[in-house]
Amino acid sequence: MSWAETLRAGLEAIRAHRLRSVLTMLGIVIGISSVILTVGLGQGAQDQVRKQIDALGSNLLIVSPGSTTSSTGMRGGFGSASTLTLQDAAAIGDSDVVPDAAAVAPTTTSSVSLVAGETNWTTSLVGTTTSWVDVRARELSSGRFFTAAEVEQAARVVVLGPDTVAELFSGPTSPVGQTVTIDGTPLTVIGVLSSSGASGSGQTEDDQAVVPLGTAKQLTGSASSSVSTIYVEASAADTLSAAYQEVNALLLNLHGVEAAEADFTIATQDSLVETANATNETLTVLLAGIAAISLLVGGIGVMNIMLVSVTERIREIGLRKALGATPTVIRRQFLVEASLLGLAGGVIGVLIGIAGAQVLPGLIGQPVSISLVATLGAIGTALALGIGFGVYPASRAARLTPIDALRSE
Amino acid sequence: MSAGGAARTTPVVEVEDVRKTYRSGTIEFEALRGIDMRINQGEYVAVIGPSGSGKSTLMNILGCLDVPTEGRYLLGGEDVSRMSEAELAHARNRRIGFVFQQFNLLPSLPAWRNVELPLVYAGVARADRRARAVRALERVGLGDRVNNRPGELSGGQQQRVAVARALVGEPDIILADEPTGNLDSASTTAVLELLDELHASGRTIVLITHEHDVAERAGRSLVIRDGLLADELVAS
Ligand SMILES: Nc1ncnc2c1ncn2[C@@H]1O[C@H](COP(=O)(O)OP(=O)(O)OP(=O)(O)O)[C@@H](O)[C@H]1O
Ligand SMILES: [Mg+2]
Repeated sequence: MSWAETLRAGLEAIRAHRLRSVLTMLGIVIGISSVILTVGLGQGAQDQVRKQIDALGSNLLIVSPGSTTSSTGMRGGFGSASTLTLQDAAAIGDSDVVPDAAAVAPTTTSSVSLVAGETNWTTSLVGTTTSWVDVRARELSSGRFFTAAEVEQAARVVVLGPDTVAELFSGPTSPVGQTVTIDGTPLTVIGVLSSSGASGSGQTEDDQAVVPLGTAKQLTGSASSSVSTIYVEASAADTLSAAYQEVNALLLNLHGVEAAEADFTIATQDSLVETANATNETLTVLLAGIAAISLLVGGIGVMNIMLVSVTERIREIGLRKALGATPTVIRRQFLVEASLLGLAGGVIGVLIGIAGAQVLPGLIGQPVSISLVATLGAIGTALALGIGFGVYPASRAARLTPIDALRSE
Repeated sequence: MSAGGAARTTPVVEVEDVRKTYRSGTIEFEALRGIDMRINQGEYVAVIGPSGSGKSTLMNILGCLDVPTEGRYLLGGEDVSRMSEAELAHARNRRIGFVFQQFNLLPSLPAWRNVELPLVYAGVARADRRARAVRALERVGLGDRVNNRPGELSGGQQQRVAVARALVGEPDIILADEPTGNLDSASTTAVLELLDELHASGRTIVLITHEHDVAERAGRSLVIRDGLLADELVAS
């Protein structure tokens, strides 16, 4: 009996027992679609993080206060005054000290309430210098960014994020030239940022008000020279680590501390991606583990039904053997049937997974990316499950002696 | 099959001191207690005997569905006890056509698909199989029932489908174990006439029955009693 013949017989047997076949596949379908979705969710989350972090700018070092190396946790971090100052930023900007830094943008961040006419909106206020727009790789959709002179004078000007504009101003007219007030202080809108392109849920990249550093200090009534973040752009991708070393050495020196007691942290985009992915990966592995268990259960389901099927068809097997079917033929017939069920379950599972990947982001606000490798892997796994769990029932069927099989009732 | 005048004396079946002991747990039962027999090419042999005498046990051994506990069985000159499972399957496929008391048709397949089964395992091409299955069905008078499933056929018709299945592969022997046991007298006559016809066309037939009038059609009757060959009646 040829393989084509065996395949046809397998398809026939599956069609003849439609309900049973569907129930058999169900376990595999559920397992495969959940694997596809969980892996897709994890992948989607990682892609999103990558995009967000890439959107921060390129060749970026992010210097923040507080230490992650200290055993006592974040030092000088939240709550207490920042350990980073404008003087730190100025020193980093000195091309003799840090030759590999192309631009530096010290930044303060606080939460404020903006008022435009009758509307008010709470957003984050970013105080910074002119290089911010380049370092953060942002563009303006209208108007302009503030000048060095305006930073010098702490001018009453503001550049708004696109989402902020949408909240404060109705209608299509550009807000450039209009006035918003913060705590009664009027500021002139001089520009609107383009969307960063990476804003997912809870992202503030497109919802912020950017003002000169001095202006922010006045608005928040802060007299100190501390800043919350210093963005440093390295001159090129291959000078990034040199810039890292230089900034690190400079700040240790300025703050007069040993490396082990550093009161600041320097992150690169890669290190941010790694940190974010580490968290995501744990979750993905956990979910994929659960999915794998359901796959295993699906495989045992196939075995179970194939065993029932062997028992149910014991007389048929006996008859086929009496008419000349060899053990190999019988074994193949059951194996082909089991692997067809596995394969079909895998394909259906993948289709449901892909459909779910279209629907799910709308429901839970998480992107799901389906990779070709994961899809082919899932189908391969389903096929392997069918074969793996079909072997035992098939060999049992093949071992039956014709007379015992024929006589059984 | 050998050619020429020797055909009628070539033994297809040679059984020497065959014994069969059934074991269930600690209980042993000797169903066959030393049978010797020989069936020649083209013979029509009936095996008769009371219920429980071992007729079906013998037929299962002759059909290679079961193996004797002791003794030698040569099928077409080949020792069956030396054969592997696959070779046994092959021997059943090529040499033996079965007709069972309970028909043993697959209910999900139409008549012709039931009939073609031996050809499937013989590796005959698909197109040929259908043609040969239809011809076999025509031969048993069911040319108009080719596409009916067993459930749509009468008992007599089902048994004729089974006869068609037994003859389609042109086996050396047709083994029929009480083929008329579940049939009314009209169907019985039809099936027995079919066997007569097959015999007339040169086929070897072994018919198991406990009805003497059925056995009378055979050229020779072997009487089995308590697992032993008790008598041999040759038709005049
Ligand atoms: N699988 C088995 N296990 C144990 N004993 C068996 C088995 N099969 C048959 N026997 C016994 O062997 C003896 C012969 O059985 P067999 O089926 O050959 O009888 P038979 O001549 O065909 O009878 P009948 O005319 O009723 O069909 C019986 O006593 C039966 O109980
Ligand atoms: Mg019997």
